[in-house]
Amino acid sequence: MTTQAVPAVQAPAEQEANRQSGMPTVMVGMLLFIASEVMFFGGLFATYFNARAHAAPGTWGPPEGAHHLDLGLAIALTVILVSSSITMQFGIWAIRRGNTGKLKLWTALTLILGVAFLLGQLYDYSQLGFGISDGVFGTVFYTLTGFHGAHVFGGAVGLTIILARTMRGQFSARNHTAVEAVSIYWHFVDVVWIGVFSTIYLLR
Amino acid sequence: MATTTLGPATGVSRRSWVMDWLTTVDHKKIGVLYIVNSFLFFFAAGILALVIRSELAVPGMQFLDHDTFDQAFTMHGTIMLFLFIIPVLSGFANFIVPLQLGAPDMAFPRINALSFWLLPLGGLLIFSGYLFGGAAAEGWTSYVPLSNRSPGVGTDLWLIGLTLVGTASILGAVNFITTIFKMRAPGMTLFRMPIFVWTVLVTAVLILLATPVLTAGLIALFIDRNYGGSFFDPSVGGNPILWQHLFWFFGHPEVYIVILPAMGVVSEVLPAFSRKPLFGYKAFVFATIGIGLLSFSVWAHHMFTTGAIFLPYFAFMTALIGIPTGVKMFNWLGTLWRGKLTFSAAMLFALGFISMFLIGGINGVMVAIPPVDFHLHDTYFVVAHLHYVFFGGSVFAVFAATYYWFPKMFGRKLNEPLGKIHFWIHFIGFNLAFFPMHELGLLGMPRRIADYDPNAGWTLLNSLSTVGAFMIAVSIIPFLVNIIATFINGEPAGDNPWDGTTLEWATTSPPPPYNFDRLPPIHSERPLFYLAHGDDHNPDGSDLDAEQAGGAA
Repeated sequence: MTTQAVPAVQAPAEQEANRQSGMPTVMVGMLLFIASEVMFFGGLFATYFNARAHAAPGTWGPPEGAHHLDLGLAIALTVILVSSSITMQFGIWAIRRGNTGKLKLWTALTLILGVAFLLGQLYDYSQLGFGISDGVFGTVFYTLTGFHGAHVFGGAVGLTIILARTMRGQFSARNHTAVEAVSIYWHFVDVVWIGVFSTIYLLR
Repeated sequence: MATTTLGPATGVSRRSWVMDWLTTVDHKKIGVLYIVNSFLFFFAAGILALVIRSELAVPGMQFLDHDTFDQAFTMHGTIMLFLFIIPVLSGFANFIVPLQLGAPDMAFPRINALSFWLLPLGGLLIFSGYLFGGAAAEGWTSYVPLSNRSPGVGTDLWLIGLTLVGTASILGAVNFITTIFKMRAPGMTLFRMPIFVWTVLVTAVLILLATPVLTAGLIALFIDRNYGGSFFDPSVGGNPILWQHLFWFFGHPEVYIVILPAMGVVSEVLPAFSRKPLFGYKAFVFATIGIGLLSFSVWAHHMFTTGAIFLPYFAFMTALIGIPTGVKMFNWLGTLWRGKLTFSAAMLFALGFISMFLIGGINGVMVAIPPVDFHLHDTYFVVAHLHYVFFGGSVFAVFAATYYWFPKMFGRKLNEPLGKIHFWIHFIGFNLAFFPMHELGLLGMPRRIADYDPNAGWTLLNSLSTVGAFMIAVSIIPFLVNIIATFINGEPAGDNPWDGTTLEWATTSPPPPYNFDRLPPIHSERPLFYLAHGDDHNPDGSDLDAEQAGGAA
């Protein structure tokens, strides 16, 4: 073909314009990644419901002799994590108006709430009195809550990076896709917790 | 946020040749790395296949013990599927999809490099079981209760390796979907995308939604084996059938993950060597989407004999998949019909794909019928079926893609006579190796056995199959000679050796790091055809017009 004859480099420039329209590329990638995470937790929830469906009537729950699940603590953790989603969203609204000071504040608060959630969960684990090898309830309980906790930890790492980058002044009203991407991931982790909490603690 | 760039730096690099390949984020180099890595694993798993066939050639234990035999077929299946067929097609997609879209690179070049480098790591972890007292030996499906009780670390390494390979696939899928939705050239609407891009898009969606479920299953099995978990242990409330559900919820879409891009390759090769556009472009696209949707509703047809599933539903949904697949058969036959056919090596492999995949489809529908499956489950009939689909289907398409796109990748054409010798030995060897397995299955020979009764009447068919397997191995010799000879002294290909009509043929062979100096106008799924011959909308094939100024949808 003769298309090499014209040495203009207009094509990449046009393409750049094309990429700028619609949702940012990074957000598309993050939403797709979250879709795969939904399927991952779908698989874990399937193990929970499968075990529960196969349990003899009246036997579902922590093993004999162990403490009961601490509903009060779980509600407190839920309140902490849902609040952290709200503080995250205040941060997003702040940076959309270009207010980096407020973004710093709200991100730090979100991070503190996330770490508080993780510490609370570890405390809960230490008090329960049964382990992952104590019957199928222990296995699905620790796997579901543990993998959720691992995702909270991943989100907290993301928030730390966002906080560091905010302090270096890397975000503005026009340029803050990374903040949006981490926030949508944080909201996702929150929604998963609501699912985990309702399934394990409320669905009796 | 600038985590992505338009393309790699085009300036003079001072890095050494080795460092350049180790650190590259260029989709073309990563694509080549994928393909080379996949072929190395293909040869390793192929040697295991020869070991298996040698052991089975005649009754009696020849040179393996039972445990070694179990490890051989487990590694053969795992490596062929997860480290050859899936990644080699990803490799071609990596190289070709951005070119066919008129894009300078993938959407996330560094994540692209990560997806690749997880593969050799995962593959070597899976293989490393041989160094630590024996590799995994439960078959590529790793059913419990065998796999949650087997001693040794081989299965643990298998689980970790597959988790890494699965993660690589998921990241790759995110990258492909984002690239296809965000990186298309101006004028490249969805229904102007080449068929190969469409099949890669649907494949990526399947990977994205099916692979995480396998990951969940692998992690559950790992917890059962190492931390005293009881997901699959019925003595403390677990359920062994759950593993089969988790595995096949991924495992059946996985079949389409390996066949859809292969269909895409064939749908690029057939038009080029028939001198016709693909017959029924939109029908093909909707058939591809249909197969993708249906693939999530059929997983339990692998579990008919468990007695734990609703047979009529899964049998019906499985039969439904025959409809969009049949549509594609007519797409291909319609493309060939009254075409001006050239029987190049790529075309021969594409025609081989159509005929062999047809057999794999027909014997697949047979085992989709529950009463038939109750008879044939876990026999060699199933082995014949899956090899006609994976090998007669996907692997034939991999070779078609190799002969078709090699000139674009390296600027030289592979030798055609050697390619045809490769094809014919390969084709005859393939049928000799796998057609007798149908009969063996009907005679009742179970899969995964290392030895059989000399009086069972299976000896002749097994011997024939072994001869066929070695013919396939011999056919690889002209292929490798061809590759080496072409690198030394191959015929220069030029930009467009096959008179192709999609965008990858518009740039040089091999393409520059940034892919295109300038793009031709895109008014259809065959932009180069209209560039050469004009069309109603754009009679003189001239430059960008108002339609393109609007940008891609």
